[in-house]
Amino acid sequence: MTATPVATTPELKAPAPSASAIAKKRLSSPWASLVAIVVAVLWTLPTFGLLLSSFRPEMDIKRTGWWTFFSDPQVTLDNYRAVFDEETGVNLADFFVNSLTICIPAVLIPIALAALGAYAFAWINFRGKNILFLAIFALQIVPLQVTLIPLLTIFVKIDISGTFWPLWLAHSTFALPLAIYLLHNFMKEIPAGLIEAARIDGAGHVSIFFRVMLPLLIPALAAFGIFQFLWVWNDLLVALVFAGGGDEVAPITLQLANITGTRGTAWHLLASGTFVSIIVPVTVFLLLQRYFVRGLLAGSVKG
Amino acid sequence: MFGQSGSSRSRVALAGALGVGLVLSLAACGGDKKDDSSGSTDAASAGIDCAQFSQFGDLKGKTVSVYTGIVTPEDTPHKKSYEAFEKCTGVTVKYEGDKSFETQILVRAKAGNPPDIAYVPQPGLLKQLVDTGKAVEAPKEVSDNTDKWFGKDWKSYGTVNGKFYAAPLGANVKSLVWYSPKEFKDKGYTIPTTLDELKQLSDKIAATGSKPWCAGIGSGDATGWPVTDWVEDFMLRVNGVDAYDKWVSHEIPFNGPESTAAWNAVGDYLKNDKFVNGGIGDVKSIAATSFQDGGLNILEGTCSLHRQASFYAANFPKATKIAEDGDIYAFYLPGKDASSKPVLGGGEFVVAFADRPEVKAFQYYLSTEIWANQKAKASSGWVSANKGLNIENLTNPIDVLSAKILQDPNAQFRFDGSDMMPAAVGSNAFWKQATAWITGQDTATTVNNIEAAWPKK
Repeated sequence: MTATPVATTPELKAPAPSASAIAKKRLSSPWASLVAIVVAVLWTLPTFGLLLSSFRPEMDIKRTGWWTFFSDPQVTLDNYRAVFDEETGVNLADFFVNSLTICIPAVLIPIALAALGAYAFAWINFRGKNILFLAIFALQIVPLQVTLIPLLTIFVKIDISGTFWPLWLAHSTFALPLAIYLLHNFMKEIPAGLIEAARIDGAGHVSIFFRVMLPLLIPALAAFGIFQFLWVWNDLLVALVFAGGGDEVAPITLQLANITGTRGTAWHLLASGTFVSIIVPVTVFLLLQRYFVRGLLAGSVKG
Repeated sequence: MFGQSGSSRSRVALAGALGVGLVLSLAACGGDKKDDSSGSTDAASAGIDCAQFSQFGDLKGKTVSVYTGIVTPEDTPHKKSYEAFEKCTGVTVKYEGDKSFETQILVRAKAGNPPDIAYVPQPGLLKQLVDTGKAVEAPKEVSDNTDKWFGKDWKSYGTVNGKFYAAPLGANVKSLVWYSPKEFKDKGYTIPTTLDELKQLSDKIAATGSKPWCAGIGSGDATGWPVTDWVEDFMLRVNGVDAYDKWVSHEIPFNGPESTAAWNAVGDYLKNDKFVNGGIGDVKSIAATSFQDGGLNILEGTCSLHRQASFYAANFPKATKIAEDGDIYAFYLPGKDASSKPVLGGGEFVVAFADRPEVKAFQYYLSTEIWANQKAKASSGWVSANKGLNIENLTNPIDVLSAKILQDPNAQFRFDGSDMMPAAVGSNAFWKQATAWITGQDTATTVNNIEAAWPKK
């Protein structure tokens, strides 16, 4: 310390606004809102057109665009009747149930396994932990397409093909690397003091996991759950390969792919079929949306 | 923004989504009930002779799985046509239709998870399946039936490396031109019986100021295939069936004079601005129009002729009367002269991956004339090349026309060439170059490019 008087006070300038404050200010300007609205309209327009199409008569769909609805509004429920009609050979109701049967375990299994795995990676020290974690992290970049035939061969060998098991196992396997990584990052952020306090109170790993971690994890679990649910519900590729064995296990996406008929002559049914299938993801998203962004941000961004 | 839990707007939206879901599930229940009432069908009540299946032993309680690319609504008549067999033998036939059949069957065969029976629509794919080593040869009973009920050409399409694997199932006729009988009657047009007459008719219609032909070749990944059918049809007509066979097996080059002549003959129609594209636009609009929509303008009177296979009937709205005296009908795309009758077509073949007795019995059933007639009664828009098929059992006038063309003793049936060429050509270069050709590429470049794509041995 020198004798320099403390008169110079360049530090007394107003504190620089934090990055988030700048971002908030920029994002809430009228121009940004306008851009957001334009993007929202652009993204919603095709879906809106699809919704209108699903109510238009067959010949109108095939001959004109959906926007002609405004000059010549013709509405019918025939398309929706047709996708639930056993007579025309399509009854989406059965496949709807199949999809639910596939989705629910295919979401719960990876969540349960990943939460346990992530806890171990975050808070238990064991040999080779970092290598193992790196391996799991790296597995995310393996394209699932290369695993299709080998996995199917295994499923055939252990004689579970034609049941729901291949789908549950395949979806769980494909989901685990991302799930473990996401939940691990989330758990790492929980202050170590909390864990230590619990340990001092005599809690072991099991009670720390259930009493301390799990309540804090709910947003992350919900976020990942939505992710996984949407992925499984909308999946066609995995179902195509592993759901071989007839209508008993085929999800709704398979039937949607087939709904247009052998030579695509019934493509007017696509719009109504799609909207039947969309109901569940929209419901799930609306139910859990408040966790969605929160959980994603918490899990992926440090600091 | 997202963090605000349960804002009233999202609640309303949620309630809406749940409400619609509820309505749909109620509708689903209604649909289920309807199924019970329509349990019995005519196919099951039409008795067939059950004794013929006793040679395969007691099959009660066994299951045969069938995997095909034939999906709704064409799958219902298929399932119905099995009922007589199921009743006789006690076998359950498990039918699985999948539009991705052509790729998935290979995946399943390679992974060791093939179905008992697959309906293969292309001889080329059949060869690939045999190469996996999983397909089994057709039993003697099926081979005998095929000799009895099908022509030699059909049997040869189911034969790979000298061994007979697959009996023919259904067939379709591609050498058809759709037209409006009403328009022909009103304007005094007659159905052409030679290629020259077809040209004269086109000129006559073009002289009235409207474009006679309409076409569409858009079909997703397969865009361009309708042009390949045109080229094959004209290859058969301009150069004859022998040249066609050599062309398909690549004994004569794709850019040779025969092939070029066929392309040019097609070009006289499809690349002629006076002839196309009725009610849609100019020549280039052919590439932008989906094949399903290509011929619908006949109904509106803006187009008079549309060359497409028998299965195109399903594209017209249900209220359309498809008959010789109706709104829409088709005529045979004439040969060079009235006496030559080359027919371009396609079909499916039954290949088995298991040799259990119940699978053999089902293969046997499918190769009989009994099944062909059962299937004919149950379906519309379906024919078989089975000579035992009684034309009276066909309900749809287009099917009757197709069956007559197939059973004509003078007809020379040839399988769709692009289905027999190597995949690099038949389902790749041929389609893509044909599309480029429609959008302006000249014929010489087109045939040279396809020739270059032919796999070297």
